Amino acid sequence: MKSSVIIFPGSNCDRDMDVALKKFGFKNKMVWHNDGDLPQSDLIVLPGGFSYGDYLRCGSIAGKSKIINSVIDFAESGGLVLGVCNGFQILTETGLLPGVLQQNKNIEFICKNVFIKINDRENKYFNNIDKEILELHIAHNEGNYFCSNDELKKLEDNNQIAVSYCDNKGNCDYQANPNGAIKNIAGIFNKNKNILGMMPHPERMIDKYLSGDDGSLFFKNILNNLKR
Amino acid sequence: MKIKVVVTLKNGVLDPQGKAIQQTLNNMGFPEVESVRQGKYFDLEINEKDEVKAKSRAEEMCKKLLANLVIEDFKIL
Repeated sequence: MKSSVIIFPGSNCDRDMDVALKKFGFKNKMVWHNDGDLPQSDLIVLPGGFSYGDYLRCGSIAGKSKIINSVIDFAESGGLVLGVCNGFQILTETGLLPGVLQQNKNIEFICKNVFIKINDRENKYFNNIDKEILELHIAHNEGNYFCSNDELKKLEDNNQIAVSYCDNKGNCDYQANPNGAIKNIAGIFNKNKNILGMMPHPERMIDKYLSGDDGSLFFKNILNNLKR
Repeated sequence: MKIKVVVTLKNGVLDPQGKAIQQTLNNMGFPEVESVRQGKYFDLEINEKDEVKAKSRAEEMCKKLLANLVIEDFKIL
């Protein structure tokens, strides 16, 4: 299976993503944002980081870059597009995902492990993961997900809220919310569930001896779906 | 010609930075400050002599890039 990780000036989780994808068997290519066409891919990843120094708004400049039009075409034809952290911010700025990621409510950069609850199984990212709760890592200043009430209703009605911040028992309450995101939202899908944006970093949790292993379940599950 | 654009958060959208600035002003001896909303200001130098045309182009720029209409409003001055 082929994947592509798109690199913008200021991306800094691109190599971690490359290592993770390769570890689980993807043939991954790193694609510089200005290098023309997208290679043929089964999965496109927009990695974390600080594209364009977070100028204007996080992800806004990358969201208008040349390669993004190809990503939009790929996504609209049903291809899997994953945006992690800054990648999630870019996906909202392109309009592929609704809403926006605002500054954390406590005005602090948050860097810690969190628990997230898998809310939906009708998708290729989380369907056969045999855990309800995953422990992943977050590191962001703008992860406070916000959208209009109408948009939120649509997300809920279509089961597009992919993952929510919770405690280790799965309670999605105020105390388990690190950044003020509405409804503890940590990640969302588009309507067709081929596009996933999430703040937590699965690529940082692929080795039980270093950090944790729950990210491995995520990558293995995507790969298994693509192989079918 | 020069076009000035101000981008502000919509009413009801949380502004943690504005809140922190307000609290600091209160602590510094300005208790009368009841609310602060932080925004952005852009000076655009546009190669266009017709003001109506320039402003209409600037509006397009605001909608497409300068403001995120999910949470922000813009004004062309």
